[in-house]
Amino acid sequence: MARYIGKRLIYMVITMALIATFTFFLMKILPGSPIASADKLSPEQRAVVEARYGLDEPLPVQYFDYMFGLLKGDLGISINQFKGADVTDLIISRMGPSAQIGFQGMVLGTIIGILLGMIAALRQNTWVDYSSTLVAIIGISIPSFVFASLLQYWFGLKLEWFPVALWKDGFMSSVLPSIALAMFPLATAARFIRTEMIEVLGSDYITLAKAKGASGSEIAFKHAIRNALIPLITVLGPMTVSILTGSLVVEQIFAIPGIGEQFVKSIMVNDFSIIMGTTIFFSVFLIVVILIVDILYGVIDPRIRLSGGKS
Amino acid sequence: MTQNLEKLPKGSFERITVDTKQAERISKPSVSFWQDAWMRLKKNKGAIVSIILFGLIVIMSFLGPIISPYEPNAQTITHANLPPKIPVIENLGILDGTGTLGGKEVDLYEMKNVEVNYWFGTDGLGRDMFSRLWKGTQVSLFIAFVAAAIDMLIGVIYGGISGYFGGRVDDIMQRIVEILTGIPNLVVVILFILIMDPGILAIIIALTITGWTGMSRVVRGQVLKYKSQEFVLASRTLGASDSRIIWKHLMPNVLGIIIINTMFTIPGAIFFEAFLSFIGLGLQAPDASLGTLINDGYKLLQYQPHILAFPAILLSLIMICFNLIGDGLRDALDPKMKD
Amino acid sequence: MEKILQVKDLELSFNTFGGEVKAIRGVNFDLYKGETLAIVGESGSGKSVTTKSIMRLLPENSAEFKNGEILFGGRDLTKLSDKEMQKIRGKDISMIFQDPMTSLNPTMPIGRQITEPLLKHQKIGKEEAKKVAIDLLRLVGMPKPELRMKQYPHQFSGGQRQRIVIAIALACNPQILIADEPTTALDVTIQAQILELMKDLQKKIDTSIIFITHDLGVVANVADRVAVMYGGKIVEIGTVDEIFYNPQHPYTWGLLSSMPSLDTDEAKLYAIPGTPPDLLDPPKGDAFALRSEYALQIDMEQNPPFFKVSDTHSAATWLLHPDAPQVEPPATVIERMKKFPGSRYYEGGAI
Repeated sequence: MARYIGKRLIYMVITMALIATFTFFLMKILPGSPIASADKLSPEQRAVVEARYGLDEPLPVQYFDYMFGLLKGDLGISINQFKGADVTDLIISRMGPSAQIGFQGMVLGTIIGILLGMIAALRQNTWVDYSSTLVAIIGISIPSFVFASLLQYWFGLKLEWFPVALWKDGFMSSVLPSIALAMFPLATAARFIRTEMIEVLGSDYITLAKAKGASGSEIAFKHAIRNALIPLITVLGPMTVSILTGSLVVEQIFAIPGIGEQFVKSIMVNDFSIIMGTTIFFSVFLIVVILIVDILYGVIDPRIRLSGGKS
Repeated sequence: MTQNLEKLPKGSFERITVDTKQAERISKPSVSFWQDAWMRLKKNKGAIVSIILFGLIVIMSFLGPIISPYEPNAQTITHANLPPKIPVIENLGILDGTGTLGGKEVDLYEMKNVEVNYWFGTDGLGRDMFSRLWKGTQVSLFIAFVAAAIDMLIGVIYGGISGYFGGRVDDIMQRIVEILTGIPNLVVVILFILIMDPGILAIIIALTITGWTGMSRVVRGQVLKYKSQEFVLASRTLGASDSRIIWKHLMPNVLGIIIINTMFTIPGAIFFEAFLSFIGLGLQAPDASLGTLINDGYKLLQYQPHILAFPAILLSLIMICFNLIGDGLRDALDPKMKD
Repeated sequence: MEKILQVKDLELSFNTFGGEVKAIRGVNFDLYKGETLAIVGESGSGKSVTTKSIMRLLPENSAEFKNGEILFGGRDLTKLSDKEMQKIRGKDISMIFQDPMTSLNPTMPIGRQITEPLLKHQKIGKEEAKKVAIDLLRLVGMPKPELRMKQYPHQFSGGQRQRIVIAIALACNPQILIADEPTTALDVTIQAQILELMKDLQKKIDTSIIFITHDLGVVANVADRVAVMYGGKIVEIGTVDEIFYNPQHPYTWGLLSSMPSLDTDEAKLYAIPGTPPDLLDPPKGDAFALRSEYALQIDMEQNPPFFKVSDTHSAATWLLHPDAPQVEPPATVIERMKKFPGSRYYEGGAI
């Protein structure tokens, strides 16, 4: 297990270094100057500005400066959007709202999804099953931005139950965006748990449990659910990715001052250091999540626990 | 164990010869794998309805811009912001060209002196939403299909080589894939879009740059599984060449899973195109795709909800169709496979 | 002898998309106290379905009792509610399955899996149940049972897992133990150990065993009586000697001829031609006639009734009808019959 984690950590570092390098050079070959108003500046003024951001140094120097900065957790400084502000601070200051809606969406979606999937499996081929499948298909199919727009139009504008595009009312403001983000995890979990449960319920050890005289609820709760839940860990990765992707648009739609909204804005105004910083931040986040998921899976499933963590 | 031995007719106890070949006969007509799969698919109502519906959407995406009397990008400023109006249906009180103006329900067509009908209304520049919608669908589907085809091509070749040759080749190729899949798709797509001129080509390249890794993993896994099975070994002992083994033995077995995987790549690509367009990285005005139309519509959500409604419904429909077709194909081609 | 279980005219069908599959088409047998009854037959003959229907372990939404009864302790098991059935399963009747690799819950320590039926059916506390479970593990020959209670199934070998499954099955001293091919998935040496263990335990706790198998070698080893099933019916039933040395049904002949043996000279192993009948649309007369070289005209028209060969032995074949012609069984079967007192080929001596 320790060897496995070690190997994974090495891969993670390599991947991160590659992403950082890749991002850095991509930003450098981008058309146009990183300084928005470059055209309006005289050559002297321009040199001053470039010197301030270290853009006058040769490329390799800039690169190593950036990479060393990364090691210390320094993602550089914003050039256009928030002149001179530290990108790391900018991201940290925006983490709160993003984390809140992301976490709420994830928890809400997974819990409801698990329940739906279980009920569907236990009541297989009844109307309960069919409607749960329908919900799941819709949840997987409808993109979060369409869903978010719908929620905002209906519950925000028409019914006025929730505030529209304002991050002022605390929890109330977070309800609609969380629901919008919850749809994909909900649908994924429901589909996944349903298939897993049906497979588990058809397995030999469930028949043996029945042969022991266990009742329907004992079988479902003592034997089936644990075995069906464990593999759900494997889709936590894709779910997190969907929450992150979704947050870019959902934060936009509901005007939430989060990382995603800032990222999209910095794309519009070509603020390279924020784009780079956020890219690297997202990558680290996702890679760490996936690593944790893999380790968790090894810890929870006794079949994998002893065989060295590889499935 | 009561028995009635009396009533049996004479001759009952004649020995007869049963042709044992008769017993070996197969009682059901033999069906090929694909016929069997098709029969199973036909039973799946959701998938069949989706195939028909999707067929109609494809036909409309070509026919729509033609049957509409207006060009997708033609602007008629005086006809801006008209709600949908469809003859016949308007008599039902819906889609009759009325909209709210200053809190009152009015027939905007009458008010603006518009003689013609815009079935799905117009946008802020007076462009016909009907033809724009179908044109946009055409573009979105084109991007998705091309991206999925490229993913498939690269993925199958890469995964096939890696799995078939194995050993050192496989090791190196897999390390590369491991690192590539470590990079979040979202990040790669956005970065690539940024450095290229926005447009259809940029989106396709961005989607395929790492998109093929999923397919390559699946294909590699399948090839690894099948190449060590007895029928392949048998063929090899009989002197079959690599290309014969690949095309005659491996391909037919892997094909099912390639198709299934592609069916799930396409909605993924449609989603990403729409997503990029929505955050402003997709097609640039005046070109339309479902994503840009939704983006336009979202901006006018409060006043002109119809501009959002039609592309959003159509996009959702296409996604649902593809997921149902994908599910149906998966069940039909590989009943044992699950999510 | 005391009849502990009576299966009478049992008919059971599965409702599938393809139509009604008549998996059991009138099965009759009795199980006596303390005996081992083997049910043999090829795949799809209905042997597993018969035992699963006794335990009522078939999917309720597709399996349907059409006729007959299963009498146990004065009650008809086909008519019991789920609740009543749960009280019988694991306590009075328990079951061992074919594949020990999949019949234990992978995420539950085996200790808990053994104590589960104890806690369920007997009024004992957790600590007490643990002690019983350890004793059970010792009984089935598991070394260091105290240490192994907390381990998970994947930490045991196939043979050990089957021992655990047997321990679970025996936890409440059941009156009937149903073993559904309990050794099929195991190595030959382990098979012998498990069979020994089962014989041993049967003596200790005096339970009746229904033993399902397609391996006639195993049958000879463990069974007191044998029922041969074909096409959803029992075609011949008798003591193990009667079935092995005085078989009457052509299908039993076929089974015995296709059994490899060291002292047969024939280089080629006999195989019964053809495939089992399609139970979606079962043949009209004797289901085996289509594959039999001994078929009579009437086999095509009428189902043969059971003909009594002895008090313990009967077979469902028209060949036993007084009007039927004498036929010569296959050579290997005649060889066997020569050793059986009372058969028409008996040449003296003992089995």
